[in-house]
Amino acid sequence: MSASPTGERALMVRAQAGDRGAFGALVDMHMRSAYRVALGLVGSHEDALDLSQEAFARAFRARATLDPERPFFAWLYQVIRRLCLNHIRDSRNRRRIVESEGPWVVERMHGRVGDSPSAAAERSELRDRIEAAVGRLTDREREVFVLREFEQLSYREIAELAVIPIGTVMSRLYAARKRLAAELEVVR
Amino acid sequence: MNESRGSERELGRAASLMMAALDGELTGNERPEWETLLRQDSALRAEWERMSQLKEVTDTMELNSPPDEVWDEYQTGVFQRLERGIGWILLSTGATVLLTWGAWEWVQALMADNELPGFVRWAILALVAGLVVLLVSVARERLFVHKREPYKDVVR
Repeated sequence: MSASPTGERALMVRAQAGDRGAFGALVDMHMRSAYRVALGLVGSHEDALDLSQEAFARAFRARATLDPERPFFAWLYQVIRRLCLNHIRDSRNRRRIVESEGPWVVERMHGRVGDSPSAAAERSELRDRIEAAVGRLTDREREVFVLREFEQLSYREIAELAVIPIGTVMSRLYAARKRLAAELEVVR
Repeated sequence: MNESRGSERELGRAASLMMAALDGELTGNERPEWETLLRQDSALRAEWERMSQLKEVTDTMELNSPPDEVWDEYQTGVFQRLERGIGWILLSTGATVLLTWGAWEWVQALMADNELPGFVRWAILALVAGLVVLLVSVARERLFVHKREPYKDVVR
């Protein structure tokens, strides 16, 4: 999700003219980020794949509104965000998210060498609790938390994507972390 | 962060500095301000400790990625959606034209039938007119009103 390089700009100009090959290259460049931000918002692999692909399809249909001077992902993110929030608001989907099919958060190093079984079990339990607690954050808090913690974006980048001031990014992040710390009782 | 720390504004400032400190986003000017706040306030130090430990845990986690095969098929999936979209538009356009034409022919045939009582003809006309009004109303809501709905993007 870096700033728009010259190569990306050229692809955007060609995609805007209807070049499917160029649009395909943009899909390849951004599909992982698109999937991850959708996963962070909806908490389900299947839905994240479905919604991120749908976002690309809608983006291609709306390519006339594309601004090649701005990063492609910033534009695509607005489509993903709207799709995901609408999806979450549907009560039927909310029920499905609660009954999610599997973990959407994993340990960065997939188990550490030399860890005792009890330490590994403890971390696994902690991960489950964090996953559940993140799922209970408000949409706004979860969005900012996921972009910061899992996408490792700077406050400025988050502010640009979510179209909010940096101060709001910080206050939502604070609210999210405060709730997580309280819910998880990570530290007493 | 309790009330003794001061006004809500100071509380917000302390929270912002705490987040920036956690995420390595403190500027040169903010660092001494944050260190002073932390030194002076024991409640802030306790909260900083809790937040730091939470951050330590979340730093070891990442979003679960699907297997590589998913990415091989991803782009194909996007273009299949585009094709299906075109397919649905063509299908629904064709179906609408054919159904409208069929309904028109049926109504004309009924109206031309001299054996039908007059009230039945009027009932058929009312039925068709009602359907048209309902269709136009729904289409108008979808295409026109929804675009101008000022609260559609409001996140609750």
